[in-house]
Formats: sequence, structure tokens, C-alpha cells
Amino acid sequence: MWSLIKKIWAAMRRPSVHFSLGFLTLGGFLCGILFWGGFNTALEMTNTQEFCTGCHEMRDNVYADLQATVHFTNASGVRAKCSDCHVPHEWTNKIARKIAASKEVYGWLFGTIDTREEFEEHRLAMAQREWARFEANDSLECRNCHSEEAMDFSQQSPRAVDAHERLLGTGEATCIDCHKGIAHTLPEMPPETAMLHGLPATGGSADANAIYGYIGSIALHRD
Amino acid sequence: MKLASIYLALSLAFAALAGFAIAQDADISTLRPTAPTEDEMPPPMRPFQDILVQEPRNYPEQPPLIPHDIEGYEVSANYNKCLSCHARAATGRSQAPMVSVTHYIDRSGQVLAAVSPRRYFCTQCHVAQHDVEPTVANTFIDIDTLLTMPEE
Repeated sequence: MWSLIKKIWAAMRRPSVHFSLGFLTLGGFLCGILFWGGFNTALEMTNTQEFCTGCHEMRDNVYADLQATVHFTNASGVRAKCSDCHVPHEWTNKIARKIAASKEVYGWLFGTIDTREEFEEHRLAMAQREWARFEANDSLECRNCHSEEAMDFSQQSPRAVDAHERLLGTGEATCIDCHKGIAHTLPEMPPETAMLHGLPATGGSADANAIYGYIGSIALHRD
Repeated sequence: MKLASIYLALSLAFAALAGFAIAQDADISTLRPTAPTEDEMPPPMRPFQDILVQEPRNYPEQPPLIPHDIEGYEVSANYNKCLSCHARAATGRSQAPMVSVTHYIDRSGQVLAAVSPRRYFCTQCHVAQHDVEPTVANTFIDIDTLLTMPEE
């Protein structure tokens, strides 16, 4: 094994006998362009809507959710596709996200989310993962399109102006803090999980039922 | 002679009334200009009113109107988007009016920690407004106006 490595090293160090320096440098340069272009094209292909919705677990669950929201159809006709929100646009972070996404290939291979029930089961964990990512990067994927500097507050509704000035402007909150569920319906959440994410404990989830008897119903005082 | 003219006036009035009824029938049919079996182009959806002022209630028990856009608000078994601002605990940050205490009371009169299930589905009573001409005329009179009206 060691001798093999030594042999390769020796071959690498020896000057070329058959090929000219020009051929090697230019060839290397061209191959580099081809490889780099090919690599990025392939990477971009995994960012398309067709790729994301190619499997039923995405198409029937999260994509169906998205289609009812303002990020899919709106007055100005700008559409946000999956990767616009779920994959960082900047190269280094994009590669990091793509490497992390290899776990999703496992999930696909082993059919972790084959049915609607399995999707609902994993939904909270997946949502929390995305919320945590947005909280950690100050809602970077929102801000790729919605920049605070470009927002004309005078054209927003009065309530939006107030919330954006008071919470976003001061850095007290980031986009995802208030806009959870903007592109997908929300998962079933036990009350303590909801409160952990700054959401009111409102849901009629099975966990809420177990804790509160039925939807959030705990008597504060009894006669 | 006098009696005859009264009869004439009465019959004319009845005729006019009948004509009015027929005309009204025609009016009602225009609410849906095409036959139910035919496809029709619905009028374009108007945007929601989004204003800072609260419309006064027309009578004390009226559920207050929603003065803002509620497009895409999720109210499901999983989540209630309205409560993300209007729940008691959320009003500090949102500065929205708190859901009234009646909504926290169950049917046996107990005050609960969260909104009672029977009051969970907001848009059953509270509605957002569109800036449109009413399709059907409304003769509702506010009680204060009614009480101060001169007797006839």
C-alpha cells in the first residue's frame, strides 16, 4: 500500500514526457471549467421545483400546502419555489445545506415519510428544525427577497407598520418569530411546544387534549 | 261617484303592488344572471379592508368586525392564527385587543386558561370586510335611531 502511494507520488513529481506544458495547463483549465460548470449545473438541478416535487412525500404534503399561500400565487406574480426558502443562496452555506440534505436521501430510500400519517408524525420535528435554522440565521432566506431597507412602510397596512417598526426594526424579533406557517400549514403542537416557539397554546392537538382535557380547557377556579 | 273613485284608486294600488312584486321577482333573478346550470364569470374578488379604526357595533351583542386582512389565516385543529395576536398572552407583543373573557368560559360557566372549544372558530362570528356595494338592500335601523324616531 505504502509502495503504491510512493509510486503515484513519484509519477506526479516526474515531468511530463509525452504532453506539452501548454496542453497540460490549457487542458487542465478547460477540464476545470467543464467540471465546475457541470457540478454547479447538477447542484442547481437539485434546486428546481420539479426535483423537489418529484416525490410524492413532497408533492402531496408540503407542496400542496404551499399552493394555497401567497408565496405561490399573488398580485405581482413572483413565485417562491422550495429552494428559495429552504436552501441558502450563498455558495458555502448552500453546499453545507446540500451535504446535510443527504440525510433526506436516506429518508427517501427507507420510506420514512411514505404516508400522510407518517408525515404528520414527523411534521413537528421538521418544522422545528426549519424554525431553528431561520432563528439562527436571522431569517436569511426571507431577507433574500424581503429586505427591510427596501420596505416602504407607508404602503403597508397600519398594523404591519406598527409590528415592523416596533419588533423588526428594533431587532426584538426576526421574520420567522411572527410569520410561522406563512408557506405551510402548522403542525400539531403540544401547548408547551407552541409556547416555546412564541405561539399561543391554542391547538386542539391530541397532546393538548391529554393535558387540558379538551382544547385548552383547564378551569382556573371552581365554585 | 266618490265611492267609485276610491275603488278605482284601490284597484290601481293593487295593480301597482302586483306589478312591484313581479318587478321584484325580476330583481331577485338578477342576483344570479345566468341559469344555475350554466357557468358564469364570478365578479372579481375585492381585497380585504385593512384599516386602523374599529367599526362600531350595530347592536350590543354583535360580534365585532375584523378590521384587517385575514387572507390565508389558518384556523384548524392544529393551530389558530387569530390567537397568535389576540390570545391573552400574545396581546403584550401584538397590542391587539384580547379575545373577550366570554370566549374563555365554557358552557358550565367555568373560566378556562385558553379559549373555550365552543368559541375556537373565530370566523363563525367575526368577519373581515370588503369594500363593496351590498348586493341586497338592508333596512336595518340602529336602536338609538329607532327610539328617537318621531312616532307615526
